[in-house]
Amino acid sequence: MTRKINSITEPQVQRFTRLNRILHILMIISFISLALTGLTLKFAYTQWAVILSHILGGFESTGFIHRFAAVIMLSVFLTHLIDLFRLKKKENKTWISLIFGKDSLMFNKKDLQDFKNSMKWFLGKGERPQYGRWTYWEKFDYFAVFWGIFVIGSTGLLLWFSEFFTQVLPGWVLNVATIIHSDEALLATGFIFTVHFFNTHLRPEKFPMDIIIFSGRVDLEEFKIDRPAEYAELVEKGELEKYFVEPYQPIVIKAIKFFGWVALSLGFSIIVWIIYAMLFVYR
Amino acid sequence: MQDVNKIALYKILMLFSVLIISGFENFVSAQSKEDCLMCHEDKTLKGKKYGRSFSVFVDDKKLQSSVHVDVDCIMCHQDLEGTEFPHTENVKKAECYACHDDAQKLFDEGLHGKAFKNGDRLAPTCQTCHGSHNILKVKDAKSAVAPIKIPFLCGSCHKEGSAVQVQRKIPQDHIIENYSESMHGDALLRKGLNVAATCASCHSPHRILPHTDPRSTIARKNIAATCTKCHSEIEQVHRKIIKGELWEKQSHVLPACVDCHQPHKIRRVFYAQGLADQDCLNCHEKRDLKSGVDGHSLYVNYDDISTSIHAKIACSQCHATVNSAKIRPCEGITAKVDCASCHAEVGEDYKISTHGKLFASNDKNAPTCSECHGTHHVLGKLNSKAPSFATNIPILCARCHREGEQAAVRYVGSEKNIINSYTESIHGKGLMKSGLTVTATCTDCHTAHRELPHTDLQSSVNNKNISNTCGTCHFGIEEQFNKSIHSTLITKTDKQLPVCNTCHSAHNIRRADAEGFRMDIMNTCGKCHEDIAKTYFDTYHGKVSQLGYVKTAKCYDCHGSHDILSVTDPLSHLSRNNILTTCQKCHKSATKLFAGYFTHATHHDPEKYPWLFWTFWGMTGLLLSTFVIAGIHTLLWLPRSLQWKRELKKRKEARLNDEHNPENKV
Repeated sequence: MTRKINSITEPQVQRFTRLNRILHILMIISFISLALTGLTLKFAYTQWAVILSHILGGFESTGFIHRFAAVIMLSVFLTHLIDLFRLKKKENKTWISLIFGKDSLMFNKKDLQDFKNSMKWFLGKGERPQYGRWTYWEKFDYFAVFWGIFVIGSTGLLLWFSEFFTQVLPGWVLNVATIIHSDEALLATGFIFTVHFFNTHLRPEKFPMDIIIFSGRVDLEEFKIDRPAEYAELVEKGELEKYFVEPYQPIVIKAIKFFGWVALSLGFSIIVWIIYAMLFVYR
Repeated sequence: MQDVNKIALYKILMLFSVLIISGFENFVSAQSKEDCLMCHEDKTLKGKKYGRSFSVFVDDKKLQSSVHVDVDCIMCHQDLEGTEFPHTENVKKAECYACHDDAQKLFDEGLHGKAFKNGDRLAPTCQTCHGSHNILKVKDAKSAVAPIKIPFLCGSCHKEGSAVQVQRKIPQDHIIENYSESMHGDALLRKGLNVAATCASCHSPHRILPHTDPRSTIARKNIAATCTKCHSEIEQVHRKIIKGELWEKQSHVLPACVDCHQPHKIRRVFYAQGLADQDCLNCHEKRDLKSGVDGHSLYVNYDDISTSIHAKIACSQCHATVNSAKIRPCEGITAKVDCASCHAEVGEDYKISTHGKLFASNDKNAPTCSECHGTHHVLGKLNSKAPSFATNIPILCARCHREGEQAAVRYVGSEKNIINSYTESIHGKGLMKSGLTVTATCTDCHTAHRELPHTDLQSSVNNKNISNTCGTCHFGIEEQFNKSIHSTLITKTDKQLPVCNTCHSAHNIRRADAEGFRMDIMNTCGKCHEDIAKTYFDTYHGKVSQLGYVKTAKCYDCHGSHDILSVTDPLSHLSRNNILTTCQKCHKSATKLFAGYFTHATHHDPEKYPWLFWTFWGMTGLLLSTFVIAGIHTLLWLPRSLQWKRELKKRKEARLNDEHNPENKV
């Protein structure tokens, strides 16, 4: 109850744009769809896969869902790239200054420093680092998507249009592509549903979930503690008030949490399934 | 044969007389053969009769080689004796009787002679059979009446569709066809045995009479004599059926040869039954007739017999130990009917079969002939009411072989619930539901009378014979299979090669395009091809199959089924030349390179698939290192994060305290 009173009384800080939030939601939907349908094939030897495949309407249906979700994910990726162009134009910057700028998701010296300090903090040899707008693990997640889209996307397209590509490429490339596609997908799902989940939602201070990516806004108090460097900078520049926004209605927060729970549960189920398949059924 | 001897004798006499007479004739007669040939040697010479012109050319060469070489023309053409040249055109037919009067007499008494006398234009004359100027000795293979030519000679008038067969009253049909299929015809025409009986052997050459004529060689009372001309010892081998000498003495009571052995092959006209049956029925018609030994009813419902396939078989033919010399002819009957005395081949089969062996060992469960076929009311297997009719066979066999019945109880093999499985199988459904009488029933695979366990090398369902058995109906499949790598004809190995039922099962046979079959085939092939089946499940086709879907390619979609060959065989569906077509069955726009996809790939074999092996381990390395680094990071973070949470809680409480006590604010 106290928190609710606080959220009404205290101002909130805008952290994500509407477009980014929509993209992330679409990313979640397409990612989980791809994982569920893809893993039925990868773990076809488990009873879970058989049941799931039938629930989803058979292998042809899962195939369709998989490709449809792939199109959505590629669209999300392209939309983000277009958004970067738009941002560059808006901020009137060169690519270099945009990519290597202070608020960019590109790794920089501070990240290296933060990482070192984090390690010290973890080992009890220092204070919690003064994290900025983007932490190094957030940046890692961001680039992991680039890598994943490139690796899984290209092999996926190769397998989707196998008859077209084998006009030039030998047939065994399809076998190789299958291994890369499937193992990289395993890496992606495994990473997102464990490491990303922990980093963002499950670490004790955020448990059970952090809804900032959906609401796009964060309590000022939380913002101060979480991103001290960014807070200090905004205060210094006197721009903090520029980012103040009204909090969402409780019903919206409820809907967000419901969605979050669904996504989290699906993610965990998939992890349980993967562990079960790898440890107990894998031949 | 006697006739032939007689003919030879007459010929010798005739030659003598001709020699003597010709000495005279040269002085007395005006015409020698040379005189006649002066004109008749001319190939263009034409005669005219009834307004029709025909050649009267006489080929001297043929005449020279004929049996009548030394007979002058006028000996036969007697009406021309002494006439002036050129003689009248209205010449009579040659007169054979001048010399062959005995043959002529027999001919005149026979059907042919009578017809000729009555002016029947279809009636044969001497020349019709023997020819004219070119008559050869009967023993000469070129003779028109040599044994091997007789069926064709008689057939020229008596075959189906000929004027005689159509327009004259001949009681039998398909005579020539049936004869050629008969034992006699087979021996003569196919084996070339010229002692085999021809038409003339039974019907006599010249005096052909209907069997109703008591003088006929085929009359009921004469038939035994006719047959024993050749089959002289036949009485010895028929003792089981009847006392031999009675055939000739009491032919009116007992079955004649032709009662059992049809005159041609298929018998349409039956001889009137003897009185024997009626003799039996005098007593056995009585409903209260009981056995003096054990009191079982001896009543015989004659309707049962008269509507059975044995309607024309006399009681004594089955109850063979009857002795009509006795006052009670049946007092000799002590044993059960032995069907094998007529159905000898079936009897032999039965003796070999499990049923027969059980019977021989006095097993009370052993089925006998009557168990399946009944007794007096035996019906042919084509009669839909017969227990041996196709649609009734599973019911018949089920009497003993259904779960719980006597045969099923003692059966120790692996087949379970045989009758129900069969009923649900494609054969059972075809037979019982679709009513297709050509569908395989129990007896089609196990044989009707020689059923043996599949372990017996003689069994129709033994591994060695099963493809042949199935091939009786599925001929084309057997042909393909025999050329395939699974056939013992092609692959010589100590290993057990698959046969029809290895894949199709014995009693649960399903359509090969049915879902169940398509799914089970992978396990079936996998039983022998274990490794290759495993690797199949590592690729897309196999994975989708594992999920339970039939649509992706199964073993036989690529390898073929009955025509399966080694992939190295150029004719294989997977050979360099054929693989693309095989892939294109499903992947319409597949390319030659596409066909290079490994459908049995495994990433565990660095020798065979180095690319897959190293890709897999590369990816696995990437996965492991990422998770190890991220995992350590997270694990280190966790305790610190818990601490941080407590810290934040403290801070928050402190902050709230500050808000409630504004004085404390700095």
